[in-house]
Amino acid sequence: MNVLRIRGLSLRTSPRALFAGALTLLAALALGVALIATGDFPMAPAEVLNTLAGYGTPAQEFIVNELRLPRVLVALFTGVALGISGAVFQSVSRNPLGSPDILGLGNGAAAGALTVIVVFDGSAAAVSAGAIAGGLLTGFGVYALAWRRGVHGYRLVLVGIGAAAMLYAVIGYLLTKADLVDAARALIWLTGSLEGRDWEQFWPLLAVCAVLAPLALGQGRALRMLEMGDDAAYAMGVPVERTRLVALSAAVLLSAVAASAVGPVAFVALAAPQLARRLTRTTGPNLLPAACMGAALMTGADWASQQVFGAGRVPVGVLTAVLGGGYLLWLLVAERKAGRL
Amino acid sequence: MTVASPATAGTGTDASVPRPRGRGTAARAAGLAAACAALVAVAALSIAVGAKQVPLDQVWHGLFHYSGTDTDVVVRDLRLPRTLLGLLAGAALGLAGAVMQALTRNPLADPGILGVNAGASAAVVSAISFLGVTSVTDYVWFAFAGAAAVSAAVYVLGGSRGGATPVRLALAGTAATFALYGYVQAVQLLDTASLDKMRFWTVGSLAPATMPVVSQIWPFLVTGAVLALALARPLNAVALGDDHARALGTNLNRTRALAMAAVTLLCGAATAACGPIVFVGLMVPHLVRSLTGPDLRWMLPYAAVLAPVLFLGADVLGRVVARPGELQVGVVTALIGGPVFIQLVRRRRMAQL
Repeated sequence: MNVLRIRGLSLRTSPRALFAGALTLLAALALGVALIATGDFPMAPAEVLNTLAGYGTPAQEFIVNELRLPRVLVALFTGVALGISGAVFQSVSRNPLGSPDILGLGNGAAAGALTVIVVFDGSAAAVSAGAIAGGLLTGFGVYALAWRRGVHGYRLVLVGIGAAAMLYAVIGYLLTKADLVDAARALIWLTGSLEGRDWEQFWPLLAVCAVLAPLALGQGRALRMLEMGDDAAYAMGVPVERTRLVALSAAVLLSAVAASAVGPVAFVALAAPQLARRLTRTTGPNLLPAACMGAALMTGADWASQQVFGAGRVPVGVLTAVLGGGYLLWLLVAERKAGRL
Repeated sequence: MTVASPATAGTGTDASVPRPRGRGTAARAAGLAAACAALVAVAALSIAVGAKQVPLDQVWHGLFHYSGTDTDVVVRDLRLPRTLLGLLAGAALGLAGAVMQALTRNPLADPGILGVNAGASAAVVSAISFLGVTSVTDYVWFAFAGAAAVSAAVYVLGGSRGGATPVRLALAGTAATFALYGYVQAVQLLDTASLDKMRFWTVGSLAPATMPVVSQIWPFLVTGAVLALALARPLNAVALGDDHARALGTNLNRTRALAMAAVTLLCGAATAACGPIVFVGLMVPHLVRSLTGPDLRWMLPYAAVLAPVLFLGADVLGRVVARPGELQVGVVTALIGGPVFIQLVRRRRMAQL
């Protein structure tokens, strides 16, 4: 832990955290480039960079700018959104399992989208809108129900799992009611897929991230205080309820938008903060490293999916679940050997 | 994990457990007797109510003076196995949930967190897709084997030199769950026929219950229940924290291993028979804790009785609301249990672990 002092200002930095964060970001970007390079028309990474800088052939420009770049950007930004959202939820609920999925946001978005798919047989845009509506309704419903002269982390989590279980039942019911074609379409959506994502999905995602990510990141310090308990944080001058409201609203919106863009991708929001914390070895919500880690997980999973199964066969959600779960298991084994934890 | 360990999460900041109201032994025993009476009533209802209504005297007749009339056949061959399975599975899920929350000291822990549901689902989807298994009686063995294998693996992975710790168990279980569900979804996406069969199992239903299924699973459930009830005292000590438990003379590793075995038997068999039902194991312990306080010697019997009341009640309701069809019990438990649970969380400060 170092402190950087410039005249009157001082900034506390942790070299390890900075290094780990930068490394993760680099990894995410490198995976993004690799992702652009793979496909039916393979390209060398150097060609990709060339084309991105504007020196490619027209064919390369079309493939990169119109087909692959938006997909990669969607992957990166949903990763960022999920990473931040997960970190905020884990911090506020003071529970390593307190991810947006467990609080019912993923299920809310899924129930919204499935209603559109199964009941109204809607278009892709309508499905996205349904997902956002479902996610937001669930998020604010859970917050409102958990409110009783302030939102206590424990109560929030319990209300959340109640809502999640109800929504899960709704999803299961809708799946049994659908005909098989709709059920298969719904399942792809439920898994989370990047297939066919283009600029249309990217711009709203970027707009939301641009506003909300800085807002959430700005709450990082206060959230870190909040982890010590409401009373301690209050005594140190943290506006407890306001911090929680702002951070949670941002997290709810971020996860809803991410879900509407690619579906409720499993595990990223849960694993990214955990992995980031283990890399940086600092306390607190680790928002920025978690965001970078989320982006790296999404692009890495999509790249691995295309490498292993070929393009368009297995959606990214399967890979995030398998890779994230596998990595966490490996981490547990490795840390046992090292005698930590 | 440095900050938000489940131990601190469970206790939260306001650790003032509410004062127990009327917690004398007599009051709690009377409560348990009332719960048993409710259980008998619900079981009778479960046999009587359905697409064909059976009056209660006919229920009695069908059960004890079987003479082969239509009503007797309905009672014996359709309603009785279903009710028995509901009783057994409900009790199993309630017990497993209470043990799991005590063992991991995490109020969010349900049996599913050990990967039991995911293991069962993965085994069932493999059996359907690769081995062409179609009958429910055959699913049961695959589901049970999958549940047992995965929870054993989770226990080994979650273990450390000093034995498995709650945080590690929870993390290992969650990781395994996600990885396995990824696999399940991949298989379903590539083989739509398996999705078609799986979606009805996944939602959780008592409708396919038959006597063979019941006789397949009851030995596991009874063994698991006895084991769980016998563990109440050491688990009480575990709830105080590892150091205190050790100081009180509890063998932590043995307690954890036995508790895991109990949860696997109970939840694995229940999941195998009626699909992954999440909510009972999660909600009933919270509900019971608000009645009895955190003492597991009372919580476990209460959970074993109240969980099937809830489970069977939900099944009966599912048969009534959607006549002549029915709403699956998994859907009903969640849709009714959810609001009740949320209201409970809102109304009073929950008795915390």
